[in-house]
Amino acid sequence: MIEFDGVRKEYPGGTVAVDDFSLVVPTGSITVLVGSSGCGKTTLLRMVNRMVDPTMGQVLIDATPVAKRDPVQLRRSIGYVMQSGGLLPHKTVSENIQTVQKLLGVPRDQRRARVEELMATVGLEPELAPRYPAQLSGGQQQRVGVARALAVDPNILLMDEPFGAVDPLVRSDLQHELLGLQRTLAKTVLFVTHDIDEAFLLGDQVAILGPGAKLIQHGTPHEIVAQPANDFVAAFVGADKGKRNLRVIEQAGVRLVVDSENRIAGRLGEET
Amino acid sequence: MAWVFDNGEKIFSLTLDHIALSLIPILIGFVVSVPLGWFAVRFPTAGKVVLATVGLLYTIPSLALFMVLPPLIGISVLSATNVIIALSIYAVAIMARTAADAFSSIDRAALRSATAVGYAEWGRFFSVELPLAGPVLLAGMRVVAVSTVSLVTVGVLVGVQSLGYFFTNGFERRLIPEVLTGVVMTMLVALLFDQALVALGRALMPWTTLMQQKSGVVA
Repeated sequence: MIEFDGVRKEYPGGTVAVDDFSLVVPTGSITVLVGSSGCGKTTLLRMVNRMVDPTMGQVLIDATPVAKRDPVQLRRSIGYVMQSGGLLPHKTVSENIQTVQKLLGVPRDQRRARVEELMATVGLEPELAPRYPAQLSGGQQQRVGVARALAVDPNILLMDEPFGAVDPLVRSDLQHELLGLQRTLAKTVLFVTHDIDEAFLLGDQVAILGPGAKLIQHGTPHEIVAQPANDFVAAFVGADKGKRNLRVIEQAGVRLVVDSENRIAGRLGEET
Repeated sequence: MAWVFDNGEKIFSLTLDHIALSLIPILIGFVVSVPLGWFAVRFPTAGKVVLATVGLLYTIPSLALFMVLPPLIGISVLSATNVIIALSIYAVAIMARTAADAFSSIDRAALRSATAVGYAEWGRFFSVELPLAGPVLLAGMRVVAVSTVSLVTVGVLVGVQSLGYFFTNGFERRLIPEVLTGVVMTMLVALLFDQALVALGRALMPWTTLMQQKSGVVA
C-alpha cells in the first residue's frame, strides 16, 4: 500500500507543483492518476521513489515513510516504467533488462535465465536480446521497459505515461497485456496518464487531478462516470459533450450503440 | 627518395620519439578534461569561469610556454617533461569545453531513467554518463590528438627531439626532401592517432554505429 499524506511540493521561486495531496493506493490493484499536462501527476509519482522529496507531508509504503529509506535502495525495490521505456541507449535489450539485477549483485547465470523468462512474459522474441533500443519499434522498446521494471519482482510498479509514445493499435495491445500481466502478478501499480480512456480501461481506482495536483474526484471508473463530482470532471470524462451518453439505434436488424453526437460506440451484443 | 633511404633509421627513431611525446599529453588531456567538463555541467556558474580560464591557456604561444615552464616547476628547458607538460596544458585547453558539451549533450530522459532504476551517483557516472558522452568526447579527442602531434614539432626549438628536427635541420641544410619527410611523417603519425581513436571508439561504443544507421527511429 502506498499512502500520500498531505504532500506538497514547492520549488524555489514559489512554483507549487503539488498542493496538499492525500490518497491511498491499495495493494495489488491499479490506481491511475489522470490530469492535464503539468498538473503535477508525474511529480506525485516521483515522490514515491524519492526522485522528488515533498516540501511538506509524507509518502508511506506499507506504513513506513519513504523519507526514512535510502533513495538508491528504495528505487531498486520499485519498478519504474516511463515513456519510450526509458531505456539506456548504449545497452542491449538483454543488458537493459538486467540493469536492476546487476545493481543488486544478482549472479550472471541467474540474470540470463531471468531475461529469457521476462522476454517471454512481455512478448518479445528471444532474437531481440542482443539488439540496441534504437533498433526496436516503439512498442518493443516499451515491452523492454516493462520487462526491466519486473526483473527483480518488485511489489510496486510506477508507470509514467508509459504508452504515450506508441501508435493507438500498439497502445491498445500493450494496455491489454498489462491487464493480463496484472491478473497473474497483482502488483501495486501507480499509473500516470493524461488519457481518460486509458485511465478507465486500466484503473481499479481512478483519481482525477486538477492544477497543482488537486484531487478533484477519485473512485472506480463506474462511480466517476455515473456521478461526476463537478463540471471539471464531467468535461474531463466527456460527459458534458455527450460522449458518455449512449443510446441504442437499429440498423439492418443489428442494434448499434451511438453517443449523443451519433458517433458509433459499437454494437450491442446479445451474448454479453 | 634517396635521402629517405639513407636516413631510414633516424626517421624511425624520431617517429617513435614523436609518438611517445604525443601520447602522454593526449592521455592527460582526456583524464583532466573529463572531470572538468562534468563539473562545468553540474555547477554551471563556477563551470563557466573555469572553462573560460582553461580556454585562455590556449592563447599562450607555445614557444613562450616552453621557456616559462621550466623555471616555474624546476626542470631543464631541454627536458622532454617540459614539452609534455606544455602540450598537456594545450590538450586540456582544447578538450575541457568539448567535454562539457559532451556531458550536456546527454539525453536528460536517459539520466532520469538511470536514477529511477537505482543507479547511485558514481555508478551512474561510469555506466551511463561517460558512455553516453562518449561520441562527443571522441570527436574532441580526435582534434586534441591531431593538434598535439603537430605541436610536438615545435619542441625541437628548445632541443626536444621529434620529427620537428627534420624541419629545422632540413631548412638549415636546404634539404627539401628532409623537410618533406618531416611533414609527411608528422601527418602519418597524426593519422595513426586519429585512426586508433576511431577504432577505440568503435570497440568501446558499438551502439553508435547502429544509431547512425537507424537514426530517426529513436522516439
